Amino acid sequence: MRFAVLEFPGSNCDHDCMHALGTVMRQKAELVWHERDRLPAGTDCVVVPGGFSYGDYLRCGAVARFSPVMKAVFEHARRGGLVWGICNGFQILAESHLVPGVLLRNKHLRFLCQDVYVRVERRDSAFTSAAREGQVLRLPIAHGEGNYFCEPDTLKRLQDHRQIVLRYCDAGGEASEESNPNGALENIAGVLNAQGNVLGMMPHPERVSEAILGGTDGRVLFESALQALTTR
Amino acid sequence: MYLAKIHVTLKPSVLDPQGVAVGAALRHMGYKEVAGLRQGKYLELRLEDKGLTLEKAKARVEQMCAKLLANTQIERYEFSLKKAPKA
Repeated sequence: MRFAVLEFPGSNCDHDCMHALGTVMRQKAELVWHERDRLPAGTDCVVVPGGFSYGDYLRCGAVARFSPVMKAVFEHARRGGLVWGICNGFQILAESHLVPGVLLRNKHLRFLCQDVYVRVERRDSAFTSAAREGQVLRLPIAHGEGNYFCEPDTLKRLQDHRQIVLRYCDAGGEASEESNPNGALENIAGVLNAQGNVLGMMPHPERVSEAILGGTDGRVLFESALQALTTR
Repeated sequence: MYLAKIHVTLKPSVLDPQGVAVGAALRHMGYKEVAGLRQGKYLELRLEDKGLTLEKAKARVEQMCAKLLANTQIERYEFSLKKAPKA
């Protein structure tokens, strides 16, 4: 499968994603500079990695959303191609309206760099099919603006269409205020678009794709995406 | 030259933890009358006026605010626009 990993000025998880996809998962992965106006031919999945694109100027992700490559990403998403935004990538997708909602400053204003637990809310999505029902994953977060917010009518749509795919929880899978690191609405850690081909998530699966780096829970999501692409 | 002075603020329904923290700091300093503080952004935008009426410029600034300068899911904006001397 072919992955395109976008690079903006200030991206800093681009090479982690390349390592996880290329070296660990043994897929074809290519870095794509944001000024390019097209994706490599045959791209199956676009990964929008973490970092501080454009120094987080104005709002996180707001400037990157207007980079030339994003037009090609919108077209790829419109055709049903997979798009996967991680951390700053999630913020970029939210600013692009590819996924609903916005990421606000963390409730307690601190930059959070820690492991969290997230619960997989549905298995019938392109990014979670390899998970067990209700599986709890231990994944790292590293963000200052991960406090998911949307208007009540948007939240209702998210719930009605089962777009909430990951929720912050404790080790036992209980989603509560105590297990919510950043104040995110409804403990939301990851959401899909209505069609289910675009995912935005705050935790970093690429940082836990092999045991030597402290965990393999992130692999579940990579394996899911591969399954989804293989069975298309 | 036109000069637009733009204020972007969080909607009242959106929590502003930075504003809360700064307001609390003022109270700790002894300004007990501080009842609330909301933090926002102020932008000054200069526009070439060649071939651009004030009316048209207003519409353009409106677009710029809605498309990039504010995220209207969480923020509101307001601006004034005037003829201004070259900087």
